[in-house]
Order: sequence, then C-alpha cells, then structure tokens
Amino acid sequence: MSKFVLAVYVDNKSGVLTRVTSMFTRRGFNIDTLTVGETECPEYSRITLSMTGDGYAQAQMISQLSKLFNVKKVELLEKDNSIRRELMLIKIKNQQATRQDVLAVVDIFRAKIIDFSPDALCIETTGEPSKIDAFIEILKPFGIIEMCRTGITALERGAGSLISKNDQ
Amino acid sequence: MKRNGAQIVIETLLEQGVDTVFGYPGGQVVNLYDALYEYSGRIRHILTAHEQGAAHAADGFARATGKVGVVIATSGPGATNLVTGIATAMLDSVPMIAITGNVPRSQIGRDSFQEVDITGITLPITKHNYFIHNISELADSIREGFRIARSGRPGPVLIDIPKDIQTAESEFTPRPVDPPFPVRKPDPARLSRAAEAIRACKRPYLYLGGGVIRSETWELAAKLAERIDAVVGCSLMGLGAIPTDNPRFLGMEGMHGHYASSMAQSRADLILAVGVRFSDRATGNTDRFNRHMRDATIIHMDIDLAEIDKNVSSTIAVLGDLQDSLAALLDALEPQTHPEWRAEVDALQREEARRPAETVALAPRSLIRAINRSVNDDTPIVTDVGQHQMWAAQYCNLKTPRTFLTSGGLGTMGFGMGAAIGACLATGRRTVLITGDGSFGMNLNELATAVTYDLPLTVVIVDNGVLGMVRQWQTLFFGKRYASTTLDRKTDFVKLAEAFGAKGIRAESLEIFEEAFREAFRSRGPVVIDCPIGRDEMVLPMLPPGGSFDEMITGKEDDAHE
Repeated sequence: MSKFVLAVYVDNKSGVLTRVTSMFTRRGFNIDTLTVGETECPEYSRITLSMTGDGYAQAQMISQLSKLFNVKKVELLEKDNSIRRELMLIKIKNQQATRQDVLAVVDIFRAKIIDFSPDALCIETTGEPSKIDAFIEILKPFGIIEMCRTGITALERGAGSLISKNDQ
Repeated sequence: MKRNGAQIVIETLLEQGVDTVFGYPGGQVVNLYDALYEYSGRIRHILTAHEQGAAHAADGFARATGKVGVVIATSGPGATNLVTGIATAMLDSVPMIAITGNVPRSQIGRDSFQEVDITGITLPITKHNYFIHNISELADSIREGFRIARSGRPGPVLIDIPKDIQTAESEFTPRPVDPPFPVRKPDPARLSRAAEAIRACKRPYLYLGGGVIRSETWELAAKLAERIDAVVGCSLMGLGAIPTDNPRFLGMEGMHGHYASSMAQSRADLILAVGVRFSDRATGNTDRFNRHMRDATIIHMDIDLAEIDKNVSSTIAVLGDLQDSLAALLDALEPQTHPEWRAEVDALQREEARRPAETVALAPRSLIRAINRSVNDDTPIVTDVGQHQMWAAQYCNLKTPRTFLTSGGLGTMGFGMGAAIGACLATGRRTVLITGDGSFGMNLNELATAVTYDLPLTVVIVDNGVLGMVRQWQTLFFGKRYASTTLDRKTDFVKLAEAFGAKGIRAESLEIFEEAFREAFRSRGPVVIDCPIGRDEMVLPMLPPGGSFDEMITGKEDDAHE
C-alpha cells in the first residue's frame, strides 16, 4: 500500500464531480483528499486526488477514471516529479500565557495570523501535507479550537501541461 | 426547421436509424408520445405491460441485431422501473438508449409529483447519462448518447428530458450519424509477443466471450482456432460466437460449464482470452485461478482498458478492437498442430459423455435437445435466469451468433419475457423463451404484450415448482434446509396463457412437448408450454461458490438424474 496522487482533467460541467466520486464508491476505492477548481482552459476543471492503495488499485483507478466520458485526461503525479501543496486554516486559543510561543511557531513555520480576536487566533499555512501535519502537532498543546484542510493540490514540475501534452 | 423538443427527440431517433422503440406513456412524456403519434408512419412504438419489460425488450432488440435498443418511460416510477433493465444492459455491454421524461425545470428539486433524480440513480449503471438543461443541447446530447452507446465496449445511456423542454421550440437541422469514437490500435510489440507465445505453446485454449459477438469477430476467432489448432471454450456471454457443433468447441466453461471445457482450460499452457472479463462465475475463485494458472500464459485481448488485469492477471494484454487484434494475429501466425493436446481433450470429452441417461418422463437435458431438433439455425433463443438458463447454456445447439440471449452479468430473473419480445420484433422470426416458473412469474404480464402484437413467441416453462438454483445450493451446502424456495403455487399456466389470449399447453411427457413445440412453429401468435420436471433436478457440473476447477461437482455418483 502506498499513497499516490492523480491529476484529472474533466469537463467543466455540473454533475461531473459526482460521476467521479460515484465511480470510486462503486468500485470500493477510498479517496484520501480531493480538490477541484478551474484551469487555464475554461472548458475543463482539474481534480487532484490523493489516495492510498496497492499497484492493482492504482491501475484500476486510472483505467476506470479514463472510461468516464467527462474525464479528458488522467495522470499519475510521481512524488519526485511534482509539487504538492495543501492549505490549512486553524483556530487556536488566544491566551496571554502562550501567545508569544504561538507567534514564534507561526514565524518558524512561515505561517500567517489572519484573524486576531480576544479569545482566538486564526492561522493560515500552506505546504507539503507532512509540514502541515507537523505544524498541527506543535500547535496541539496551545488548544486547537477548529481546523480545516483543503487536501492536496499538485502540479508537475517543468514546463509541461497535461492538456497540451494530450493535444500533441 | 422549427420543431418542439418532443419532435426533435423523434427526428434525432430517425436520424440515428431507429425504427422501433419500446415504452410506456405517462404524465411527463405525454408530449413525446404526441410526437410518436405524429411520426407513427416512420417509427414503431411497442407498448409493453410494464416499463421493466420495455427496457428488457429494448435490450433483447439490441442483442438480437447489434443495433441500439431504445426505451421510453415517464418520470418517477416509470424511470425507476427501468433501473433493472438498464443495469442488465450495462453488465452485458448492450447498446441502449433510455429516454425518460421529468418534471418541468421549475419543479425540479421540489419533490414534485413523480419526480425522481434518475440521472443520479442510474449513474453507476449507465455508460453515461444526461439531464437536458436546455433545448439547444437536446439533439446533440441524444446524438452523443448514441455515439457513446455504440462506441468501444457498448452500454446503456440514459437521457432525462424535463417536460418543458419537450414543449419548447428550437431550430432542428438533421445531421449524418457520427462514426464511433476512434479506438487505439493494438500495440504491435504486444501482438508480436502474443504471436510468439502462441507459436511456443503446446496446449492452446481459445476462450471466447461476449466481446466476440459485440465486435462481430466470430469468423476471425474461428479461423484463428483453426490456424493454431486450439480447442475452444466460451463464457456464458460468448455462447453463439462459435457453432456448438464445431468439433473444436468444448462448450461453456465455468461454474456450470462443461466438464471438458473447464478441465481443458485448467490444463492449457496458453489461454487466449478474447473479449472476456474473467467473471467470478467463469473462473471460480480468482486468487486460486491465478495461482493455478501461474505456469500458463494468459493472453487477454479486449477493447476495455479497465478489464485488463481487473479479475485475472494476464501475461500479455492486447488492448484494442478485436477486429484489429485478431486480424493481426492471423497475419502473424502460420498453421500449427497439437495432436497430443487434442487427444488429451478427447479423453476429457469421453469422460464427460459418461453421464447417466435421463429416464424420467421429462428431464431438462432431453427437453433442451427436443428444442434443438425443432428450431431453425437462426431462431432466437432467450432465457431467464436460474437452472433452466444453465441447462439451455449447456445443451442448446447454437448455430448463429446473436441467437442466444441471456442475462449473464446481472443475472436478472424476469429478463426473458421482455427480451424475447424485443428479439421477436427485431428479427420477425419465431422466438423461443426458455424460462422457469420462478422467472416467468416475475414478468409474465408481458404475455399481454406478446398477444396484443400477435408475436410468434414460444414460451417453454421449465416448471419444477421451486426456485431450483437456490434450492440446489440449499441441497448441496445448506443441509437441505429449503428456506423460501418451495413455490408450490397453484397457478395453472395453461389457463393463465388462455386468460391472456395466448395458447397454453401442458406437456407431461417429452412426446407431448415435442409435438406441441413443433405445432407452435407452424402456428402464429404466442404459445406457452408448461413442462413439469422434478424439483430435485440439478445443474451439473458445478463449481462450489468461491471454489476452483479441482473441486468440481460432476455428479457422476449422484443419481439425481435417474
């Protein structure tokens, strides 16, 4: 079992995300994270999926995805050849005794305070999922009120583009 | 030209070459039916007794011809009644278009009367589906739907059309039919590796599936078997791809396959699998199948990428249209002979032939053989699901592809009546439905349809008064605890047939059956022949569920047949 990331170009139409997730449910595959948004081509959306599975699951997911009519391109993003980022918003208790420590951690992790209220601090951070995991661990003792992670979004390194590759 | 949405639907169907549609009217398709009325000279609508029957009829029509079957239903319950029919078509790769009406767009999402999210419901059981948001996308969505249904591995497509789109007007311009989506050519390197493996093998087994029929490559497949001196077996869906009496053909393999066919497959050193998906019913336990076959070369040729290595890991996979792959192999291979392998398989077939004779008045094998004696080479034979289906699969003498119509993947009891009606209308030939009393009970209402359209349909009910296949499992694996499988209904199928306006006959013996069956072939209209058989008849051989070929129950010591 290993973690892997897929980039999927789909038609930018209503219902397409449901088709993708429904296929995963039907085939009994689990999605760890999923992000979706517009792309450089208005007619396509790009979905980044991160999943855990063996070689069989990986091959099946790619071919089952490719069969969906609204899926235009599926690409496995290798760890060494891609940049992966995730964004997190996290709300921490704002206490006199720990405030300076929190600010120091925020500084070390190059995170940002984006909301400051008498009882709470909201911090924004971006990075590799492993960095975010580490950040959460450090913040735990200060009292996490709530948090929200976007899931992985990723691009291939270099000048290539998945869709233009397809067009050639 | 200006047309309303309903007219555009019919115009597009005509453009796609559709001459027959099956369906059932309702509130949200009343406009569509008004257009059908208007175009009745150019398109024939067959009204069934139930939407499920209509869906199976469209499916049967498609299986018998290779054309796209079309079914129409109203919103809500009309649409949900199609679900089993659509799933049946999906699992057996049948090209089908299902058109449903829905409530007007302004009423969508409000739980309006007879509103249901049918595109959501059918998402996992269609190749693709459409909810039409705008009249401007109507014609092109239907066109694209047909293209998807026909292309690559065929399948069902559903198009949901809100009522206000059926009444809206738009410009319509007819267009020629688009060719299927292009398919990647098979990789020459893989083809030459496959050819090399075939040249080196000693015990080749050609394994044909439904893909051979869908791609119309039965002649290439038979030629290839000849060329490489292979024995041939098939999956349930592959029946008809090669004539039953071809001396190379060992019959269906798998859970209830022929002994020689399954054994030859397990002893082969090369399996050339063409248009199959190695279903669990065909392989038994796939892990054990993989382990058992690990010394054999498995060449898997299919058009669907997702089938490669899904159930069984192949040694060489050739992705592409079977027309291309088989033709390329034929080009690459010179004639071979394998007399030792043939002798080994002959011995297996002799062993298989040593089965106890049937001595009761009416027994399954004799019944199917009597049918064989009276049908024509091109008679469509349709089955339902259960023991009768397996007996038909084992003993029907098939001469022509597309003449054996059965629900293989989904295993839908109740498939038969609708599918037989579809096949009958598609071919215009007398069609034989082999069904069981259980399966027939599920959709016997369609007898009304057969009578209304005066269809030449012979329904043979293999009537054992029980749900025989499940009973067989209970006999073998559940200590004869017959939970809810003993029907013992008081239904008189002769009177029932007569009540519907059909002819009904009870055949207590093989002689009566044969006479009645022949008589039906000379007459018109539907005939129902009720054939009482013993409730302890079993389908043998049998692989225990989850078992493998070496655990086959052959019943040689079993005297159930006596």
